[in-house]
Amino acid sequence: MPTNTDGVVTNRDFLRSVFHSMLRARILENKLSSLYKAGKIVGGVYLGRGQEAVSATLGTSLIQGKDFFAPLIRDQAGRTAFGESMLDCTRTYLGSAQGPMRGRDGNIHRGRPEMGMPAMISHLGAQVPVVAGMLFAKRLQGTLEGRVGATCIGDGASSTGAFHEGLNLAAVEKLPLVIVIGNNQFAYSTPNSRQFVCADLVEKARGYGIGGFSVDGTDLLACVSVIGEAVRRARAGQGPQMVVARLLRLSGHGEHDDGSYVPDEIRKDHYGRDCIEVAIRQLLENGHATADEISSWENEFSDEVQRAVAQAQQEAPPDPYHEDWTALATRFPLTASQPTAQPVFP
Amino acid sequence: MSVTYIDAIREAQETLLREDPRVFLYGQDIATFGGAFKATKGLAEKFPNRVFDCPISEDAMIGLAVGAAIEGMRPIVEMQFADFSSIAFNQIVNQAATHFYRTGVPIPITIRLPSGGTPGSGPFHSQSMEGIYAQYPGLVVLTPASVSDAYHMLIDAVALDDPVIFCEHKFLYRWLKSKSINDDHLPIGQARIVRSGKHATVVAYSAMVHEAVRAADRLQQDGWEIEVVDLRSVKPLDIDTVLASVARTGRLLALGEAFPWGGVTAEVVSRVAAEGFHLLDAPPQRLNARDTPVPYHPKLWAAHRPTPESICEALRKLLTF
Repeated sequence: MPTNTDGVVTNRDFLRSVFHSMLRARILENKLSSLYKAGKIVGGVYLGRGQEAVSATLGTSLIQGKDFFAPLIRDQAGRTAFGESMLDCTRTYLGSAQGPMRGRDGNIHRGRPEMGMPAMISHLGAQVPVVAGMLFAKRLQGTLEGRVGATCIGDGASSTGAFHEGLNLAAVEKLPLVIVIGNNQFAYSTPNSRQFVCADLVEKARGYGIGGFSVDGTDLLACVSVIGEAVRRARAGQGPQMVVARLLRLSGHGEHDDGSYVPDEIRKDHYGRDCIEVAIRQLLENGHATADEISSWENEFSDEVQRAVAQAQQEAPPDPYHEDWTALATRFPLTASQPTAQPVFP
Repeated sequence: MSVTYIDAIREAQETLLREDPRVFLYGQDIATFGGAFKATKGLAEKFPNRVFDCPISEDAMIGLAVGAAIEGMRPIVEMQFADFSSIAFNQIVNQAATHFYRTGVPIPITIRLPSGGTPGSGPFHSQSMEGIYAQYPGLVVLTPASVSDAYHMLIDAVALDDPVIFCEHKFLYRWLKSKSINDDHLPIGQARIVRSGKHATVVAYSAMVHEAVRAADRLQQDGWEIEVVDLRSVKPLDIDTVLASVARTGRLLALGEAFPWGGVTAEVVSRVAAEGFHLLDAPPQRLNARDTPVPYHPKLWAAHRPTPESICEALRKLLTF
């Protein structure tokens, strides 16, 4: 299994593109945190701080309009890389009726399934078979060739039955599914030691008979190399691929949580480093960006965030008096029976 | 020649596979083997790469169906037994059922649940889960009681843009026969009066429709005329047809095979009490299975579910109130 390939020179434009999504997500999420603390967001705020390199690399490795991406709660960077607009995020968090969820669901439970990005439910592992099903449909429609579907989960979700069932099913169906496990060492407050006992989660890949990769999730160059390889193999028809990225969540589970259960020695160890700082160093050292460029990107993205927040804040919330209170697409009562084909008995 | 209830379900799936390229079948042992009840017998041969055996992973089966539906397919998933759909509960009620409301993207999947008791099947191969699914917004729940309804309602279910829980009764699979599939075809969401009467209304669905008719036959010998309403669809619930019947008879017995706490019969009684209290000449009654797991032994099983005897007893009390 390929591991850390730090130092490999990777396509410059690709790296810069990944970094843009990382930085956009970080600046946007810092703003979301402030808005939450100021009482401007109702409900939870869940950040991907510290996981941007993994998420953005995956999102950038996918082809918009062709591939599928089912993000989870720490994938602001991947969503951005896959083409989600900042307004989709701010509208959903701030409760604008014009957001993709129209106030019917909030925060990170947003998506645009019709554009290949399903909206997650809170039950972990549940998106794994959904992505498998999207790919399965394309196989039946004869358009699977060269297409991949990806989803992200955490170390905690790897303990669910849905994870096991979904991954095993994807393996049986030999679908081009890439599953990226961000092992951020804590599922809410529960440490790895109470979640699993195998030495590395990637050992599970062998059990499912699928490709498995480990990567240092704080290392942009390693992520680009390893996640890129996993996506290439899935796209080339080699079946499901699992990537386990080791890192640390650099915030609480949500912004209501100070994460005080994370011991200092874990914060200070290698995986406690900030992937954005590592990425900046790598971009500068390899001559892929200059300090001035990075500074100008920060300004540019901060302006984008301000505009997306301001616009969403000006928009009307959903109106309960004009809400269409039906959960069904079918409008009952049906007035006439539809013509039905008659059976042909031998 | 005659057509059984299971023949009708098989024929409906064959018709759907033949006429709609979006349809595929996914389930355990349904391909070459033809399914535990042979509801898909011969279909894998006739429709290569449209009928798939899958791992014993009910949660992932529904997850896959949801994903395929997002991408334009119309999957029919066979649960080997309704009871096992509890493993898929999360994907059904949280993923499939919420999807259209949340995202505006419909999930047209049909989940076939071989439901209800048969002698010797025991606690985990006998359950009736329609009430549980009907409780959740975003699902259509169907309970065909006749051969023709089994055929037409399955075809109609796949045409709907919503997730459909299709409760087939295992006891009817081979026991219930018809000369042919008839054209007496009501839209989904409409109940059918299967026997007219004037002294009391029994509202039933699925296999209990037949038990209600047997009970009505017996009471007819004593001069009682019992009206039997087959709900066909428990969600949406055709309360108008029920109220119209109660308006004629003044007495209501809601009959079901599911466990007694809550559920379809409770919904029927509460709706009639709320919307048609003035129509009632006696307190509306319910008759359900007993409040224990479904027992294995045929003698216990037969006394666990409503029978023509217990239905007659309930009706006599109702009629003489």
